Amino acid sequence: MRKLIFAISALALGVSASFADPQADREGLMKANGKAMGALSAYVKGEKPFDAADVLAQLTKLSDDAQKISDPALWPAGSNTGDSTASPKIWEDAAGFQAALDKFKADTASAVAAAPADVEALKVQMGAVGSNCASCHQAFRVKKG
Amino acid sequence: MLGGIGAAVFWLLTEPRRLDEATIAGLGAGDAARGERIFWAGGCTSCHARPGAEGDTRLELAGGMKLKTPFGTFVPPNISPDPKDGIGNWSAGDFANAMMRGVAPDGSHLYPSLPYTSYARMNPADVADLYAFMKTLPTVAGSAPDHELSFPFNVRRGLGLWKLLFLSDQPVVALPADAPENVALGRYLVEGPGHCGECHTPRDLIGGTDKSRWLSGAVAAEGDGIVPNITSGEGGIDSWSESDIAAYLETGFTPDFDSVGGAMVEVQHNMAKLRAEDREAIAAYLKTVPAHPNGYPARTPPAG
Repeated sequence: MRKLIFAISALALGVSASFADPQADREGLMKANGKAMGALSAYVKGEKPFDAADVLAQLTKLSDDAQKISDPALWPAGSNTGDSTASPKIWEDAAGFQAALDKFKADTASAVAAAPADVEALKVQMGAVGSNCASCHQAFRVKKG
Repeated sequence: MLGGIGAAVFWLLTEPRRLDEATIAGLGAGDAARGERIFWAGGCTSCHARPGAEGDTRLELAGGMKLKTPFGTFVPPNISPDPKDGIGNWSAGDFANAMMRGVAPDGSHLYPSLPYTSYARMNPADVADLYAFMKTLPTVAGSAPDHELSFPFNVRRGLGLWKLLFLSDQPVVALPADAPENVALGRYLVEGPGHCGECHTPRDLIGGTDKSRWLSGAVAAEGDGIVPNITSGEGGIDSWSESDIAAYLETGFTPDFDSVGGAMVEVQHNMAKLRAEDREAIAAYLKTVPAHPNGYPARTPPAG
């Protein structure tokens, strides 16, 4: 019975059950992306000896998170209140935003498919993957005080 | 009668002031190869390329972007070497007067949306080099639309008063005579061609930068949001090392691997084209500027 009531209320509210707090969830994914980029950067900068298995693991993490973060349920209209740095342009230019997310998905997936075997290859892959961060944040994020 | 005197005083005070003859005569032909560095330091293409330009089209300085500010909409003009629609017919002196004094070849004032308040601190030789480089860029025909400003901001002559208050070729941050060379270079790049203070410093009611809160961050002049505090004050970048700052300018990633965003994305692309020692110098200077708390108001906490 309780399950039924829960299901009915979820339906009534029209929310996806998996994202109770889309803002917190997408921010968590963004932070995880940053962590993975940081881990990869340690190899590029030569702070750690190249470790192909870990590099692949980090790229896979980025690719998995790119899938998750492009779920429209994470970006409900009007979820840029409070301390959210989501720009209204996300909804004003929904097609442009989706295209940016799709590019991030494609670039991370191809990085996993062609896993780098050395630092030089990783540099190229990181450049391709990392350029998505700035290009999307250029249009779709607003810094707040 | 009094009105007549007032008008005469206004006319005298607002007279456009060009560079002196000796400075103009000393500009020389300029060196295009050296000028490319100044071009990227100045970020000319970020405002003067067509909106949304990428790759090599960023070197086509057709103008046309719309900068929507509280004073109205500014539209950067065509500054390609086109003789009719661009600046191809300008002399080096015309170019230096525009850059360093905000005076157009016809003697009228230019709006400070062209950040001559920063460029006034540039070395004239760098301005000459920059102009030599810009002459090598593609010629683009077509004029950008005019600025859209309302009264009193649409009275160009009035800018003469504004310049008396805000146009100075003196450095903002005083450095001791024995300051390291790279700090002095960083000061030059940040306060001069880089014009960082134009966005990172709060402005007063008539649009002048508040030097007592230099680089402390500001409400963005264009659009929503803020421009961050880049001093070591609270809310600023005290926790960033010099190499963190230099790496950010090169790669666009912060020390905790957040990425550059907003208008800074364009700036960072430009900074990445400088020499490593230029980015290091900027970092060294930023670590020496006086610390200030954030130059923008704290966000109102949500109700309840």
